[in-house]
Amino acid sequence: MMDANLIALLTLSAFILISGILTVTTRRLFRAAIWLLFTLIGIAGLYFWMEVEFAAAVQIIVYVGGIVVLIIFSIFLTNQEGIHMPEALGRRKLFGLLAVLAGAGLTCMQIIARTWNNGDGSAYNPSVNKIGHLLVGNTPDSYVLPFELVSILLLAAMIGCIVIAMKSRPDEQ
Amino acid sequence: MNPSPLLILLILSTLLFFIGMYGFLTRRNMIAMLMSLELMLNSVNINFIAFNKYLWPGNIEGLGYTIFIIAIAAAEAAVAIAIIINLFRNTRSIDAEDASQLKN
Repeated sequence: MMDANLIALLTLSAFILISGILTVTTRRLFRAAIWLLFTLIGIAGLYFWMEVEFAAAVQIIVYVGGIVVLIIFSIFLTNQEGIHMPEALGRRKLFGLLAVLAGAGLTCMQIIARTWNNGDGSAYNPSVNKIGHLLVGNTPDSYVLPFELVSILLLAAMIGCIVIAMKSRPDEQ
Repeated sequence: MNPSPLLILLILSTLLFFIGMYGFLTRRNMIAMLMSLELMLNSVNINFIAFNKYLWPGNIEGLGYTIFIIAIAAAEAAVAIAIIINLFRNTRSIDAEDASQLKN
């Protein structure tokens, strides 16, 4: 007899996997973007299931609200919204499927064969207060330098995007 | 006996990673390839949080790494889309096979 918690996890997993498979197999680009949206919402639900509310909120804000909108935006900018993508080559599909099945089978075998211990018994408490101390706290083991590097990376990416997307060749006039 | 949640989460993230890899190997449209890449990044995030919660619950380092990965993935997606839009302007196509100007 399975408890309700486990049934919820299995339902979420099935939802994520089915949306993921449809993301990579549907032949309409816009539908692929919508299936990606459902996959990402399912993963946010998984974070809620694991009681990591901060990660779920970040997932919804950044992925669902940011990246999917950016992808849909770029689909419309490149006039691909109605296209049917051509069927993948049979050879490419076959070898892709072979590589993926071999990789997934090997990894799942390793995961199942291993015995996982149950942690040190302490409660997992990812409060925002603790996350703040982890990222920008004043203890020697906080992650201040990576945090600052990520902010510089985001600034560089922002400027780089503007420069790349605005570049136009003078001979096009 | 019920399977442990960690086992289910690890198998879920493995399958999601390889679904993304299948899409990356078979798609030729660059935006579709980018979507497959997002699936792979997300499966790694699930792994980080699951390991953190079930194997090392006293600390929250895995969650911190997940936040870094999400920030870097956002930067990566923005730059990739800027490159795709610029490529579309130059070649009128976002098919990966058509971007062959460097091959002479």
